[in-house]
Amino acid sequence: MEVFWFIIIAIVLAVFFILDGYDFGTGIIHLFFAKTEKDKEVIAKSAGLFWDSNEVWLVAGGGMLFMAFPTFYASVFSGFYLPLIIVLWLIVFRAVGLEFRSQFHYQMWKDIWDKAFGISSLLLALFFGIALGNIVRGVNLGGLENGVYAYEKYFFFLPLWDRSFSPLSAHPGVIDWFTIIIGLISVVTLAIHGANWVILKTNSSINEKLKGVIFNLNIALLVLTILSLGVWQMINPDSLNNFIDKPYLIVFPILYFTGLTGLFFIKRFKKEINGFIFSTLLVLGGITSSLASMFPVLLPSVNNSEDALTIYNTSAHEYGLSVAMGWGIVGFILLFVYMIIQKRMMGGKIDGMNYGHP
Amino acid sequence: MEDMIFYDRLQFAFTITFHYIFPQLTMGLSLIIVYFKWKYLRSQVEKYNDAAKFFMKIFAVNFTIGVVTGIPMEFQFGTNWANFSELTGGIIGQTLAMEGMFSFFLESSFLVLFIFGEKLMGQKLHFLTGFLVFLGSWASGWFILATNAWMQHPVGYEVLDNGKYILNNFSAIFANPWLIPAFLHNQMASLVTSSFVVASIGAFYILRQKNIEYGKLFLKTGVIFGLVSSLLVAFPTGDWNAKNVAKHQPPSFAAMEGIFQTEEAGAEIVLIGQPNMVEKKIDNKIAVPNILSFLTYQKWDKQIPGMDQFKKEDLPDNIPALYYAYHIMVGLGTIFIALMALSLFFLWKKKLYNITFLLWTIMFMVPFPYIANLTGWYVAELGRQPYLVYGLLRTSEGISPTVSSGNTLFTLLGFVGLYMLLGLLFLVLVGKTIHQGPKPQTH
Ligand code: HDD
Ligand code: HEM
Ligand code: HEM
Repeated sequence: MEVFWFIIIAIVLAVFFILDGYDFGTGIIHLFFAKTEKDKEVIAKSAGLFWDSNEVWLVAGGGMLFMAFPTFYASVFSGFYLPLIIVLWLIVFRAVGLEFRSQFHYQMWKDIWDKAFGISSLLLALFFGIALGNIVRGVNLGGLENGVYAYEKYFFFLPLWDRSFSPLSAHPGVIDWFTIIIGLISVVTLAIHGANWVILKTNSSINEKLKGVIFNLNIALLVLTILSLGVWQMINPDSLNNFIDKPYLIVFPILYFTGLTGLFFIKRFKKEINGFIFSTLLVLGGITSSLASMFPVLLPSVNNSEDALTIYNTSAHEYGLSVAMGWGIVGFILLFVYMIIQKRMMGGKIDGMNYGHP
Repeated sequence: MEDMIFYDRLQFAFTITFHYIFPQLTMGLSLIIVYFKWKYLRSQVEKYNDAAKFFMKIFAVNFTIGVVTGIPMEFQFGTNWANFSELTGGIIGQTLAMEGMFSFFLESSFLVLFIFGEKLMGQKLHFLTGFLVFLGSWASGWFILATNAWMQHPVGYEVLDNGKYILNNFSAIFANPWLIPAFLHNQMASLVTSSFVVASIGAFYILRQKNIEYGKLFLKTGVIFGLVSSLLVAFPTGDWNAKNVAKHQPPSFAAMEGIFQTEEAGAEIVLIGQPNMVEKKIDNKIAVPNILSFLTYQKWDKQIPGMDQFKKEDLPDNIPALYYAYHIMVGLGTIFIALMALSLFFLWKKKLYNITFLLWTIMFMVPFPYIANLTGWYVAELGRQPYLVYGLLRTSEGISPTVSSGNTLFTLLGFVGLYMLLGLLFLVLVGKTIHQGPKPQTH
């Protein structure tokens, strides 16, 4: 039952990063590449129509985590207190930027909300990457210092940074050079993903140029990926053990590298959807590989005496998990029905869509 | 420790109060929009469709702010109330996760279609998407009230030897005797807010001599919905809630009614007066003997325990606030009924559109249903104190052990700043929509 819920929540989070990921990426592209007002408008709209339904995946994922692994939810959310609240603020800014930019027609108003949307998207991509880096790296559970626990053993509190900025320090902070690398990977990946979305959903004048951008970003991503694997091996020599013990988990990294390889051919694709499919693989592969490398651990401990948080020692009781499975399945079916309806009604390019008019 | 609790509570109170300004309009207004859309389908008179689309614009802005302030709420259970989350996640996590699954997805998927899809799918389907948005928002209210009802009156759980709480009866959460009265009362109250908003915009147009056709339609619709919902809020739902509190949380009942001393032969109802915590009495009291016993138990001489019957540590910690919140809510409820009944009377006499004084009153009444809703929640939440989960977990035991008061103060200030900005934007944008008016777009 724990494994079932782990998989469900992993799927929900992966879908969140695929869907809202393109919104973040669209924001990054918007920030750096959109120049004319017309482009700015359609690019913002290509995210603006969907951000709300996409973000619900995060809300649903949060709710399920709370229900299935309450100890993990309590530990991580209070432990990463500051970055989490900052993420919440950024989410507010991004949504407001998207929703309100077209409400008035003078340039300054639009510029302000465009920047709010772009910058908060960029920072969100960075922060989500950093968060993933922290989860992979682990924290000092129980706040152990010279053999004395500061808190109950599954609680911790992380400062934003530690002066050494090193993941090897006894009290690593949220931001260190390892988590920054993961953060950059996240930014680059989502920028690629967002660019593909813009190409798919709009007729903007920069679509051709974006293909070149994707190609270059892809090179950067390859370099960063290799770097991060090396660094990770150095911090945690056991990091790849799961893949050796359970060879079938290799499919997840394969997804990632398929996406990465495929995108080098971006300029030759006949159909616009192909690029988006490959970048989806990239995001999906990235998230699932990280989770697979840790399974069944949810949060490693960097001090030697405390066990990691796993899906077994943080889960709710059996009975609750099994009733929830019942309604969860019904919910998922409904969800896919809504998604299909929505995608069918809103398929194709969105340039011409207007309030109350097709 | 003390100030950790204080700032956590303050932050929760501030963020939830701000959040709840928006959903109350979302839930009620979606029903009124569906009503307009239905009238249009039936009559094919263009003005009803314009009305639906006009309120849709206000709805959209309101909804956005409701969503962005709602997301922090969900995460705050983990950030600021970690001990509480750890203990109760297996139970109220169910209702919160179901809320995401069954209501937010429904609401958000169909809202985009409702806003952008009218010409794509024809009128019948458009009505249907509107209806699904309404359904989603009421389902959201249902699940969140189920969560809250569990905190007010926990059911279907078991406490293990190691102190953990586990769920042992899923359907009990939804059969909670606290839930149905609270849900119905809350939904009717949100309809009150929305009716007042609709009526007030109508009154504004009539007074400005602008969009008069629409003004009359809004005013009439608002007044009719307003009277029905105000009546239902007071009776039977409000009364039903009060009986629940008397039965399950007697110390809160004594505090909100302001009964310091138990009276042998039936309790009086305090209409007005200021609680004096030093001398333990109500100053300048105006009260009617025995009415409270009658209202609560239908017996004139039934004894109702006053605050003298309870230990200090079982009484709510802010008695005056609880007392005032309750009296403000009930007082406003009475005023709403009177105002709406009067307006309906003149509407029926075909005089309402000319009585300037009444129109001004309706226009400026808008903030008061919001105040009644928020004070209503203060009654519920302050009355639950000193417990976080009534009778089971004290508020002081629920906070995050590792988040210091300085951190909470920092984030509280951040939320205050950000939300002030949101509030300002909301007013500007809704003001703009009202100013532009519901004129059919000319394309
Ligand atoms: C327009 C708003 C409004 C109005 C006019 C009223 N209420 Fe109310 N009341 C609410 C809006 C509200 C609310 C915001 O919806 C609450 C908060 C919790 C809940 O379920 O509903 C509430 C709670 C609430 C509670 C507390 C339940 C608890 O402790 O959990 C009681 C006893 C009443 N109401 C009773 C009344 C009575 C007797 C009214 C007579 C006129 C009344 N309310 C008018
Ligand atoms: C329906 C869902 C709700 C849930 C699950 C909920 C839950 C909570 C929790 C966990 C706390 C912190 C612990 C405590 O102080 O007891 C709290 C406090 C509070 N809530 Fe709610 N709340 C809900 C709705 C509301 C609404 C709509 C309002 C007001 C508009 C509100 C007003 C408050 C206030 C004022 C406090 C602080 C009370 C105090 O500490 O003295 N709540 N609530
Ligand atoms: C009286 C209590 C509450 C009611 C009736 C209520 C109702 C609603 C409704 C109808 C929405 C849809 C958006 C909108 O209305 O603008 C919403 C949004 C939201 N609410 Fe509340 N809410 C309440 C309190 C809370 C509390 C205590 C939480 C914390 C768990 C919460 C979490 C959320 C979240 C996460 C969203 C955003 C959902 C989305 O992305 O669509 N709400 N709420």
